[in-house]
Amino acid sequence: MRRWLLHRTAQATVTLAIALLLIFFLMRLAPGDPLARLSEDRPLTPAQIEALRARFGLDRPVGAQFVSFVGGLAHGDLGTSIQYGRPVTALVSERIPATLLLGGTVLLLNFTVGVWLGVRQAVRRGGAADTTLTLLSLSAYATPSFWLGLVLAWLVGVKWHLLPAAGMEDPLLDPGAGWVAHAADVGRHLVLPALTLSIVSIAGTMRYQRSAMLEVLRLPYIVTAEAKGLPTRAVIWQHAWRNAFFPVLTLFGLWLPLLVTGSVFVESVFAWPGLGSLAVGAVGYRDYPLLMGTSLLAAAVVVTASLVSDLAYACLDPRVRFS
Amino acid sequence: MTVLLEPLRHAWRTPRGRAGALVLLVIATVVIFSPPFLPDPLAQPDPIGGASLAPSITHPFGTDQLSRDVLSRVAVGGRVSLVVAVIAVGLSLTLGALVGLVAGYWGGVVDAALMRVVDAALAVPRLFLLLLVLAMSERVPVWALVLLIGATGWFGTSRIVRAEVLRLREESYVRASEALGASPRRVIFRHLLPNTLGPLLVAATLGVGDVILLEAGLSFLGLGIQPPAPSWGGMILDAREVLVTAPWAGLFPGVAIVLTVLSANLIGDAVRDAVDPRGA
Repeated sequence: MRRWLLHRTAQATVTLAIALLLIFFLMRLAPGDPLARLSEDRPLTPAQIEALRARFGLDRPVGAQFVSFVGGLAHGDLGTSIQYGRPVTALVSERIPATLLLGGTVLLLNFTVGVWLGVRQAVRRGGAADTTLTLLSLSAYATPSFWLGLVLAWLVGVKWHLLPAAGMEDPLLDPGAGWVAHAADVGRHLVLPALTLSIVSIAGTMRYQRSAMLEVLRLPYIVTAEAKGLPTRAVIWQHAWRNAFFPVLTLFGLWLPLLVTGSVFVESVFAWPGLGSLAVGAVGYRDYPLLMGTSLLAAAVVVTASLVSDLAYACLDPRVRFS
Repeated sequence: MTVLLEPLRHAWRTPRGRAGALVLLVIATVVIFSPPFLPDPLAQPDPIGGASLAPSITHPFGTDQLSRDVLSRVAVGGRVSLVVAVIAVGLSLTLGALVGLVAGYWGGVVDAALMRVVDAALAVPRLFLLLLVLAMSERVPVWALVLLIGATGWFGTSRIVRAEVLRLREESYVRASEALGASPRRVIFRHLLPNTLGPLLVAATLGVGDVILLEAGLSFLGLGIQPPAPSWGGMILDAREVLVTAPWAGLFPGVAIVLTVLSANLIGDAVRDAVDPRGA
């Protein structure tokens, strides 16, 4: 177990290191250097651009740039944002809470509602409810998150005035209001982005839970449990689901990239002040240090999540540990 | 060829496979053949009086804020989307199959090195890979966009092909062929590749939907198909400003995306069940 753990962690580290290399060199793949087009949308003289180039170290060979980038990274320094003129790490850490709140809510929704729906589908396999839910989840999976977000913002936010359609806090809310009022305000702003992101990503959990559950429901011990006369609810949730939930955990590492991608669009549509909208802003400003920083963070999150889901699986299911 | 035809035939026999195929056929027919009969998608006949008109007989999907016909923009944009998706997926599959075959067949250091790169590439979400290149580039022509989307889509496929090759290498007919002195090329193209076509077909049908969503997303961020050329994602971006006054300008391209991706995924789903019945 310990060897496996070490091996898996080492593997994740190597993966992340190669991802870092990939991100750095992809950025340099575009013709010219990252500042070459800066003067197109800003009144900058060639001399100013040269000065910027020297400041960002772009006048040095690519190899040397890479070494200093990695050296900076080791000190927790990801460079300075062009758009904000502030350290990338500071900008990123300011945005983390909002993204965690949105992502956490969506995870919670997917792992409760999605799992529950998947189990119901498996239990009533082939029935009208199963077919309808499959079609609905596939349609949701085929829906672009930015489009769904805009439609919901238009209907719920603008047309019916039910919920706020942009931002995370009401700027007109009295700052002296209690934390309950503030939390409720953030909660109201959270509903639409979380709903959008959850709808487009819940299909994966549902499908995986459904097929894992079907596998388990075929096993003899379920027949035994039913034959003993246990109530159906107990057979489904206590006997079958406990074994059918583990495979869904491994899925976590697989569809996290989907969630990260989705949050880029959803945050941008709802002006949610998280990492996704930060990345979109960086694209608009061709702010390459910021874009590299957010991409690197996305990769780190994906690698860590897949490591954690593997570890969780090994902890929960002894068959994995001892094989 | 039976390797490819049999799953397709099976998919056609399932209700969802058939529904997906029929809807996709209708969409493909409309986007390929209708544009000559529709107004020019770039023309702005009357930017003041004819802007943001609600759907009517003359403009079944209405007009956008620049008085352009939404139906013809959806049709021409769909043409671009479908062509981009098909070529990019073809490219991804070729690359993925190649890398998977090489890694699985030669194994050892080659395999380990290739798979570490694939792991790393899979760790950076595909959207970010594309953002990194596109954000710093000039206006990207469509062919370069296709190349980039294709070049960032093969990682998963190579894993699948590699796993399949590793399994097949242990089969007695492959070992017999090697023992008889068959060249690596013969083993790969005669014995290994044909047997990976099933999983590749699944990856192809499911990949089309993914690429359509990805291209629409890039165009929505202004990095995909460049205006004034119509694209589904770009139309939704334009419609963002007029969502309240002319919702149809954004609704129709979105519905087109959902229908196309859904039908491609329905086919892919049915094909997967035919190739790998365990998942059903």
